[in-house]
Amino acid sequence: MNIKTQALSGGFQEPVFHSQGVFRMLMDGMARPGTVHTIAMDIGQPEPLGQAAGAIALTLCDHDTPTWLSAGLLKSPAAEWIGFHTGAPITREKAESRFAFVEAGVAPSSFGLFAAGTQEYPDRSTTLVIEIGALGQGQALTLKGPGIQQTTTVKLKGLPEVFPRLWADNRALFPRGVDVILTAGKSLLCLPRTTQIAVQ
Amino acid sequence: MTELATYNFAYLDEQTKRMIRRAILKAIAIPGYQVPFASREMPMPYGWGTGGVQVTASIIGPEDVLKVIDQGADDTTNAVSIRAFFQKVANVAVTTHTKDATIIQTRHRIPEQQLEKGQVLVYQVPIPEPLRFLEPRETETRKMHALEEYGLMHVKLYEDIARHGRISTTYAYPVKVAGRYVMDPSPTPKFDNPKMHMSEALQLFGAGREKRIYAVPPYTDVVSLDFEDYPFEIQKFEQPCALCGAQGVYLDEVVLDDKGGRMFVCSDTDHCEDRREHGHAGEMLAPAKEAAE
Amino acid sequence: MYVAVKGGEAAINNAHRLLADRRRGDRSLPSVTIEQIVEQLGLAVDRVMAEASLYDRTLAALAVRQSRGDLIEAIFLLRAYRTTLPRFGTSVPVDTAGMTVERRVSATYKDLPGGQLLGPTFDYTHRLLDPSLLSDEPIEEPARKSASGEHVMRVSDILAHEGLIEADGEFPEDNEAGDLTREPLEFPMGRDLRLQALARGDEGFLLALGYSTQRGYGRNHPFVGEVRIGEVEVELEVAELGFAISLGRIRVTECQMVNQFKGSSKAPPQFTRGYGLVFGQSERKAMSMSLVDRALRAEELGEDVTAPAQDEEFVISHSDNVQATGFVEHLKLPHYVDFQAELALVRKMRADIEKTRRDGNHNPDQEAAE
Repeated sequence: MNIKTQALSGGFQEPVFHSQGVFRMLMDGMARPGTVHTIAMDIGQPEPLGQAAGAIALTLCDHDTPTWLSAGLLKSPAAEWIGFHTGAPITREKAESRFAFVEAGVAPSSFGLFAAGTQEYPDRSTTLVIEIGALGQGQALTLKGPGIQQTTTVKLKGLPEVFPRLWADNRALFPRGVDVILTAGKSLLCLPRTTQIAVQ
Repeated sequence: MTELATYNFAYLDEQTKRMIRRAILKAIAIPGYQVPFASREMPMPYGWGTGGVQVTASIIGPEDVLKVIDQGADDTTNAVSIRAFFQKVANVAVTTHTKDATIIQTRHRIPEQQLEKGQVLVYQVPIPEPLRFLEPRETETRKMHALEEYGLMHVKLYEDIARHGRISTTYAYPVKVAGRYVMDPSPTPKFDNPKMHMSEALQLFGAGREKRIYAVPPYTDVVSLDFEDYPFEIQKFEQPCALCGAQGVYLDEVVLDDKGGRMFVCSDTDHCEDRREHGHAGEMLAPAKEAAE
Repeated sequence: MYVAVKGGEAAINNAHRLLADRRRGDRSLPSVTIEQIVEQLGLAVDRVMAEASLYDRTLAALAVRQSRGDLIEAIFLLRAYRTTLPRFGTSVPVDTAGMTVERRVSATYKDLPGGQLLGPTFDYTHRLLDPSLLSDEPIEEPARKSASGEHVMRVSDILAHEGLIEADGEFPEDNEAGDLTREPLEFPMGRDLRLQALARGDEGFLLALGYSTQRGYGRNHPFVGEVRIGEVEVELEVAELGFAISLGRIRVTECQMVNQFKGSSKAPPQFTRGYGLVFGQSERKAMSMSLVDRALRAEELGEDVTAPAQDEEFVISHSDNVQATGFVEHLKLPHYVDFQAELALVRKMRADIEKTRRDGNHNPDQEAAE
């Protein structure tokens, strides 16, 4: 498939019901940080965009959500795929992005340049969708905070080493801050800004 | 003649649903904070649940089972009307049984039966700002939330005590969520406040006219504001439900005649019916045969 | 023994059936047609279009008929329909200087290019009930004259010539006008959003506020520069074509209020403006809107904000009649759960007081708290 047709193919087969289904996973995921959800439907997203990450874009992005892409995604057909299927303007300014997608193996140096919202409007912040190696295996982390009864343990493979430190910085900004969705292929897991992370 | 458009699943167009869904996710991420959203004009009046309806319409899917209550009852006219709306525009399954519902939209009550994991409680909210009656300006109250400056609220509650010997707020009793935001629980009686604390269900709040959405995730601290020497306390009823005999539930007062005759019955109709089906009876319960007529 | 009342659904259905019956009224009379409403109750149709923000005479007339002539209900019906319509784009700003004018009056100049044109106005009709309208007597054709072709110059342009009036103001090149039906409200607002809110605001509310400024609550020395009513072209820029195409013509009413202004630390002495533009023919609304628009510019022009009409958050938060009627009328919904809580509290407080009285002395706890 050439780049053009790759960008134009795929998407949700039943946009109304599939986006509702994916949204409910995200809503449950944000309400219960650390729970792993799996996107079953094939959406034909181009590499290196993962299936879950692509489904999140289809569900939440549109004309009103400037979207930032990491370098690898930006120069891949994924950029055009997101643009075509969602209508989201691709921005190079992290600070004006409502969503940011990061491909696997790239460690963000900081969350600082993304929108953290303001003290009056902390909701005006970026949601980062970060692809990692796998959910359910790898390094064990303990999560704590709203949505979690006492504590929960998650296992993450390929999480950038710097992540726990960046997350602690992000926590310190509360109520401002970014929210993160970790994806690995078909799976996703949410980390709202309220979640505290401890490395086991 | 102009042709009228047909409506999307659950009435709202997809762009609107996405906008509301994004607001809901941010609301969950910042418990108790009121997210502004571009509330739409709904085919029902403002003040009658347009916020709750927009939230429900944005989350509901074909697999859901919906329950709608007003004043705790499934058969009050506004609850009937909203339930019929979703049956019409989303062809969704409905129930009156709290435990069978995946989404419960409510006005003024939290069901007596403890909610479970996976259930979503959607509140209809008239005035989302807990500080509004102390400070009418949005520009001011927004600053107070930003600075976590809630002294005004404590002053109000304390003045109550000074004047009346107790806190005289009986419903829409302010709470602090996850130790940060002071939140209006909507005009539920303060009797229901403890049910919000560490609930297993996700709680979403929609205020259509005021264009705000907020949320309390499951397992989240929800603390009613009080003072050490005047601790928060809920209403207590002196008698059990006259129909099912339940104690420790919220009761409606029903006037029986013009001579001061009255009785108290469960405000949560499903809870009351369920108890009666299980053989519980209050002193005013009609024999089964008579009641069926 | 007690059996709870049920049957909300049947009650609702029966109520709606009765409503439909009352709407139709006496069946021996012919039903009023949509065309009749459009043609003969045109100003009601205009008000519904204006406050619903949807220009469609047929649908507005349908709403008037469906609402039994309750115009706020009709506005509500049309708005709830409007909200489901897809957006194709934003039109080019309408050029009211190019209006095909049917009425145009200026209070500031005796004569001016384009002339004074009374048009179809109630002004100078003696308000005597007309018995001839009890029956359907023939009405003579209006007098006509051929268009002079003279440019109906705007009064603001005449004053601008001398530099005596503030300019229109500029938006940046890529500015997109806001839309409060698609964005959450935030204060302070831009003037674009404020004018949108006023254009769809309740005529009666704006009339009262405008009136209050004349009586000294935020006085701003207004003169009607001009009021004009007529048709304007609505055009849409099509990116693929590179030029604007016409979508059709709409009737609008525009009011330019010219306000004397002595100057402040923020602006030099000059005439300032209040602006009103509404769908259809509604001079009262356009004039009220321009008075309130000017009042709401107090802060921008360095004036003291002292009166209700100058208070943006107050005015805009309460100008929408669909919101207002919904919230006022929601009080008739059941509130018995909350009322029960209040009942219990009042009973308890009264019992406390009686006990105190019986005991014949003060409650020491209460005294300590005071």
